Amino acid sequence: MAAVQETIEQVRGIDVDQYRYGFETLIDSEKAPKGLSEETVKFISQKKNEPDWMLQWRLEAYRRWLTMQEPTWARVDYPRIDFQDLYYYAAPKPKKTVSSLDEIDPEILKTYEKLGIPLREVAMLEGVEPKPGEEDPARRKIAVDAVFDSVSVATTFKAELKKAGVIFMPISEAIREHPELVQKYLGSVVPTSDNFYATLNSAVFSDGSFVYVPPGVRCPMELSTYFRINERNTGQFERTLIIADKGSYVSYLEGCTAPQRDENQLHAAVVELVALDDAEIKYSTVQNWYPGNSEGKGGIYNFVTKRGDCRGANSKISWTQVETGSAITWKYPSCILRGDNSRGEFYSIAISNGFQQVDSGTKMIHLGKNTSSRIISKGIAAGKSQNTYRGLVTAHRKATGARNFTACDSLLIGDKCGAHTVPYIEAKNSSATFEHEATTSKISEDVLFYCIQRGLSQEEAVGLVVNGFVKDVLQQLPMEFAVEAQKLISISLEGSVG
Amino acid sequence: MTALLEIRGLKAEIDDRQILNGLDLTVNKGEIHAIMGPNGAGKSTLSYVLSGKPGYEITAGEVFLNGEDLLAMDPDERAAKGLFLAFQYPLEIPGVATLTFLRTALNAQRKKRGEEELSSPDVLKRVRELAKQLSIDPDMLKRPLNVGFSGGEKKRNETLQMALLEPKLCVLDETDSGLDIDALRIVADGVNRLRAADRGMIVITHYQRLLDYIVPDVVHVLAAGRIVKTGGKELALELEATGYAQYQSEAA
Repeated sequence: MAAVQETIEQVRGIDVDQYRYGFETLIDSEKAPKGLSEETVKFISQKKNEPDWMLQWRLEAYRRWLTMQEPTWARVDYPRIDFQDLYYYAAPKPKKTVSSLDEIDPEILKTYEKLGIPLREVAMLEGVEPKPGEEDPARRKIAVDAVFDSVSVATTFKAELKKAGVIFMPISEAIREHPELVQKYLGSVVPTSDNFYATLNSAVFSDGSFVYVPPGVRCPMELSTYFRINERNTGQFERTLIIADKGSYVSYLEGCTAPQRDENQLHAAVVELVALDDAEIKYSTVQNWYPGNSEGKGGIYNFVTKRGDCRGANSKISWTQVETGSAITWKYPSCILRGDNSRGEFYSIAISNGFQQVDSGTKMIHLGKNTSSRIISKGIAAGKSQNTYRGLVTAHRKATGARNFTACDSLLIGDKCGAHTVPYIEAKNSSATFEHEATTSKISEDVLFYCIQRGLSQEEAVGLVVNGFVKDVLQQLPMEFAVEAQKLISISLEGSVG
Repeated sequence: MTALLEIRGLKAEIDDRQILNGLDLTVNKGEIHAIMGPNGAGKSTLSYVLSGKPGYEITAGEVFLNGEDLLAMDPDERAAKGLFLAFQYPLEIPGVATLTFLRTALNAQRKKRGEEELSSPDVLKRVRELAKQLSIDPDMLKRPLNVGFSGGEKKRNETLQMALLEPKLCVLDETDSGLDIDALRIVADGVNRLRAADRGMIVITHYQRLLDYIVPDVVHVLAAGRIVKTGGKELALELEATGYAQYQSEAA
């Protein structure tokens, strides 16, 4: 698996470089004017060759957005965003290239090393540019490997998915190639009027993924590795739509454990999942965006709307997230349990260090009969960060037999951080059974000393204790990813003690 | 020959209270030293100061482990150099399987010593053998470290860690506390198996009982932060009969 991933990253790296050459002269004409207006929305739609219905959909969202207010209820604090001072469409930004690994910040290299990412892959991720005509045998080998593999790997994936009938493509392509599916489902879970950021996304989304799994099909692979190839520079307004038709199954993995650096400060993505009768969607995220520097300057604002609709009977949607990056995280992957006997799950690890602010949780909306949901949230606050779990569990008056179990555990490292739990529970049906457990604890100096006396360094000790704390959630991640995520957790807590 | 452990004039305090008051102690390789004394004499403090627990301030004295300045080392470095403390109250780590903890500790030490890390199967093999000798149920290795363990299980687990890590100097802090007689025998057998020509031990205890099973070469009485009397194993029996009262007044 690791070897395949390595290759894929190499392919990705090379593609980015090629893109760079193609774009340098075009870049001005590919950029929308600054600010947001109907013109901007039209420009984006035009650039993407969208049909008129899509443009109208975007425009409606834009007009709606003009009437909306930026929400302020989350426990996050940031300077006001000037939405007229942003670019809403730009050609994929080429990464800043450097000519050798020596020019990359040694701190970043260390992080890669700890994640166990091979140096060749680092060179690709960091955009180290093979010098044209250079006779460095090592470099040449990278290119050769990658070119050969890129064809085979991509083709194998495509062929296998096609055989299974799974549609997996950028959403901009799906709009043109499968308009009937997109029109039917886009905005059906997160309507254009949903919330300030989702509405903004609806107006200006750049790209994202589209997945359709036909009835009775079990998607033959994790849609993760492939995702890494396809999904480069989708930009700040990502839009993802996944539909699992009756009796199908798909597991989708978003993100990357490697450090993600991006020039865009505001990210407002929307993810919609639809599970029809007896279908199951498992959606895993590892988010490691730039969290800002040690003084709290910079970093990504991550305002995401993710929602799954268990539309059919006996359907199931499971969210698993490992959130370690971003200066601000505002994110509540939710489930609408519409179908009878449907089930929603939310497993979350949210780690904040430095000056990071996390306000994250979930909503479980029980509408159908005998629906059940499970929430396991592990918040870890270190440094001077603030970490809030915010959740809603609600049963409609017709939702007989609704069941929920919630466990929210918070772990504090040091004495300058904060952990907060804000659960809302509403049962409008007397047969609902909702359980809520919450704990907050501080990492114990005595436990750390015990580990250190056995030979662990302070950081290894913190990593071990925290990994124990989040174990229930890590187990929900696909195997090969759990190991990387475990390392990532240790890394993101470095410097949190002492 | 260099002593395994050499403590000279050690003074230490915590929260401005002086606990160790000019302590001298020499332990040679192959020896087992028992340290006995009344409550509050500084027995546990000695074990914490040797292992480098934060919060204690060393105000005077020197400590050498195999001739190296122990007090200059970080606590994890001391562990890697072969200092092991068997805790009186072993700590619980939820979610971390005992086996994972053992492997992490062993490899952390090996890495610090510049040795190759052992693979998971190799560690498992070694741990299983040692666990068997200590009558540890293999299932316990899968359970989170010390979580829900009985007093006996915790102390057996400490002994297992000690056997796996193969330290040069073992400090056993009241290992007998919380043990019934059967558990005591199992733990003592485990400790006795670790007796070796190149290894020394300090056994800290209140009661003579433990020393029936772990027979010391030297017995010290610690009172008011100093060694006030040193003798052979018969000293322990004497203390059992007379109590510590005379030493407390002597020290004061």
